[in-house]
Parts: sequence; C-alpha cells; structure tokens
Amino acid sequence: MMRLLEKLGFALAVLFLVSPAILVFLWMLSLSMKTELDNTAFPPVFIPNPPVWDNFIEVFSRNDFLKYTWNSILVSFSATGLAILIGVPAGYGIAKMQATRAAMLILIARITPGLSYLIPLFLLFQWLGLTGTLTPIVITHLVITVPIVVWVMIGFFEGLPAELEEAALVDGATIWQAFRHVALPLAMPGITVAVILSFIFSWNNFIFAMVLAGRETRTLPVAVNNMLTFEQISWGPLAAAALLVTLPVLLLTLLAQKQIIAGLTAGGVKGG
Amino acid sequence: MGAPALAAAPGRRRNYARRYWWFVVPAGVVVLSVILFPWAFTLFMSAHDWKIGGGHHFVGLDNYRKLLTDERFHWAMLRTLYFTALAVILPMILGVAGALVFNRKFPLRGLARTIFILPMMATPVAVALVWTMMFHPQLGVLNWLLTWFGLPPSMWIYDPATVIPTLVMVEVWHWTPLVMLIVLGGLASLPQDPYEAAKIDGASALQAFWHITLPLLAPFIVVALIIRTIDALKAFDTIYVITQGGPGTSSETINIFLYLQGFAYYNMGYASAVVVVFFLLIVALASLLLWTRRRVKA
Repeated sequence: MMRLLEKLGFALAVLFLVSPAILVFLWMLSLSMKTELDNTAFPPVFIPNPPVWDNFIEVFSRNDFLKYTWNSILVSFSATGLAILIGVPAGYGIAKMQATRAAMLILIARITPGLSYLIPLFLLFQWLGLTGTLTPIVITHLVITVPIVVWVMIGFFEGLPAELEEAALVDGATIWQAFRHVALPLAMPGITVAVILSFIFSWNNFIFAMVLAGRETRTLPVAVNNMLTFEQISWGPLAAAALLVTLPVLLLTLLAQKQIIAGLTAGGVKGG
Repeated sequence: MGAPALAAAPGRRRNYARRYWWFVVPAGVVVLSVILFPWAFTLFMSAHDWKIGGGHHFVGLDNYRKLLTDERFHWAMLRTLYFTALAVILPMILGVAGALVFNRKFPLRGLARTIFILPMMATPVAVALVWTMMFHPQLGVLNWLLTWFGLPPSMWIYDPATVIPTLVMVEVWHWTPLVMLIVLGGLASLPQDPYEAAKIDGASALQAFWHITLPLLAPFIVVALIIRTIDALKAFDTIYVITQGGPGTSSETINIFLYLQGFAYYNMGYASAVVVVFFLLIVALASLLLWTRRRVKA
C-alpha cells in the first residue's frame, strides 16, 4: 500500500513537471489548426474540429514568409559553419595549452548581454555600408556561435587521450597533421554537439536581427514579432507562424536529445 | 625509446605548446573584433553625447551623472532586481526538484526528460507569442483555467501589479530545464558509498538527502545559480515581445531601458553608459556568487 502511494505520488510529480511544457506546445498547435471563430470562443475550444490548414496557407501567402525562412537558414548555417571552422581549432589549441585565461574570455562573452555589442557594431556596420545585407547579421551571430563551439570543444578535447597524437608527433607528423588526421576524426561526436547547439541558438536569436535587419533581411523571429506588433493579424495565422518558426529546433531537440543534453550539462551554454 | 627520448620530451613539449597558438589565432581575431572592440568602443562612446544623425561631442562623465538622477533608470534597476530574484529562486527550487525526479529510473523517463527540456530549446519569440495569446483577459485560456479552478480571473500582463510576476512565470517555464540539467549532471557524478553507509546507520531518505546529497550537490547548485542569475538579469526576448516594457513602464527592465535609449531614441552615448553600469552589475553579482562557490567548496 505504501509503495503504491509512493509510486502514485512520483507519477504525479512527473506529470506536474512536464505538463506546463506539454500544455503550451499543444495550445500552440491547437490555435494554429482552428478557425478564427473557434480561436476566439469562450470557453475555449481545445480540439480543432475539424482541423483546418487555412492558417498555414495564410502565413505562406501573406508577407514574405518564404524569403524570411531562407534568410534564417542562410544566417544560421553561415554563423554555425564559420564558428566550427575557427572554433574547433581554437578549442583544440586552448585545451592543448591549458590556456585558462583564454577560456575565461569565452566566459565573459557568455556573461555579456547581447544588446551591449549592438550599439558599437550598429555604428560600425553603418560606416562600412553593410546595413541592409545579411553580412552584419551573420557577423553578430558569431558572438553567440563562436563561444558555444569553443566552449564545447575545449571540454571535448580535454577528455581525449593524448597518447595517439603524441605517437603521431613522435612519428614525425606536424602538429597540424596530428590535429587534422588524429584528433579531428576522434572529435566528431563533440563537433556534432557543437553544431547542433550553435545552430539552435543562432536560429532562435532575435535581438541581433531585430536591430540590424532591414525589410529584406529579416530572420524568422523578427518577421514573426512584426506580425504581432505591426500587422495585427489574427490568432490562427500568428500561432501557425510561431509553430513553423520553432518546429525545426523542436524536431532537432527530439532527434538529438542525447547530444544536446550532454553539451548543455557540460557547459551550461546558452546563446544571447 | 630510452633515456634520450625521455630527456628530450619536456623541451619538445614546451616548444609545441607555443605553436598551438596558431590554432587560436582565427578565433582570437573574431573575439577581438566582435567582442573586445565593441567593449572598448562602448567605453569611449559612454563619454560622449552621441546621437545617430546628430553628431557627437565629448562630455566626460555627464552620461553617468545623468544616470544617477534618472528616475526611470532607477526604477528599471529595482524592477530588474525584483524580476531577477523571482526568476532565480523559483527555477532553482523547481529545477533541483526536477533533477531529483529525473535522476530516478521510471518508465518513459527519456521521453519525459526530452519534453521537459523542450521549452529551453524553443524559439523565445515563438513561445512569447503563444503566451501573449494565453494572457488575453477575455479570451485567453489562462483566465478560463483560473475560473475553472474557481479562482478570480487575472489581468496578467495588462496590470502594472501583476506584469512582473507574469513575466517571471514565462521565464520559469522557459529556463527551469537548464537548472535541472546542470543539477542532474551533478547527481549523476555523486559517489554511492556515503548512501550505503547512511543506510547501514539507519538514516531516513530525507536525512540522506539533507546531509549527503545537498552538500555534495552544492557546487553544481551554485553553478546553476550563477548561470541562472546572469540569464535572468539579461532577459530580453520574451519581455520585449510580450510587453515591450509596458503597461507604461511597469515592466521596463534595464535591458529594455537600454534598448529603448539606444534604438528607439538613438541616444547612443547615454545607452553606452547604461551598458557599462549594467555590465558592472552583472559582474558584481556573478563574482559574489563565485565567491560563495569557493566558500561552499572549502
């Protein structure tokens, strides 16, 4: 009897913990698949009956949703790719030299509010005549992606046994060759974690594009926020747009939960 | 492989260590240009009256003096501390509780854990939109829920008295998972021996938690506390999307104030001074927590 009660209590605790997440995401889904009449009904209609796709159709036909999706893809992939290109060797170098001060610098980047980079960079991009292109957005996203990649990779390379590379060095390999042909192939799981986290936090980022993007260069979060503030569109399409924006990262989280949990537990990294 | 190899090793390794700098150079250039340059330039700008399109001139410490007398900024400070206090304490309690739950084995644990961490991975703007719709006083699902439980409806984000706690609720929903993950990582690394010893000595589960788990877990809890404090101070996306600092200025935190000064009123010099003070506040609180961490460890 005691055991049964204990089990029941535990099940309730689990339910209590996961229900806020379930409720919000299901409500998002429900809003996106109902007619405007059902969305503004009180008491609320919970299950779309029948489910409609009109809201999604409206999102794609209204404003340049596809263009903004493409912008988001370009920005997140470029910012992640560049960060991997420079961040993986940096993580390797810092791990090899045990350069704690360089690692501290990465932590400072983690502490600083994203907005504080924007004031000087905004002026800099104006002087350089880069406003109105995607370049400044990609560059500012490096503020998020580079620290994530370096941080994850330092931890990963520190955990690799040094014997294999040392053997390669004794055999006459240069340190670059030891990195390229010995350490790098071993580091693939770490790189996967770094790519996933850096992509997600770049995709989710709002503030950099909000300040720097023009009409043509908005990313999805900015476009969706504008729908709420300026376009006054109704709940159904708004929820549909919100769902479309966050769906890629939710799916990625479901698919790669092991890597994500490993990466986040190790570093407590978060963008912005 | 004999004595000569061993003798040569240390010198050779040091030589290599220096050459590893080349691996760090490209990232170093990026960090310098997009992280350190902005810092230096912000300090420089904070000593100027700098308006976009209006030119600029040196004013010394005037921007800082203005901050001392700007009541709107003082309220933003107090509001940020109020928001941060709530948005740290609640996720810490729930996050530690969550970690204890997810540390036990139960059916569907993997799935439940993934669902639990979904909020922190979701796009902040997207979830903020859904919360905004849920807060609608007449048509929102939250007021329906309240009345269903027999409670009076709330004005949520539309009342200056409830707007901060409401935004805290969103923040708790959003970031409790990060606390949970860090503490869960700590729980996984705990040694098993003390628990067996305690069991032999006849300690209850609660005693074991209080006297073994909590002290061993303390370093991880402090790390989570530091990260959560910094993130709560920096909170921007959800607040900006949901209220934009309103109603009036009643949810205007330092970050929102900073944004408005810089990119709505284009007072770049003044906004730079806000950045400097804001950063000092973050560093002060983070160092205070780091100091606590050292004491906890000792």
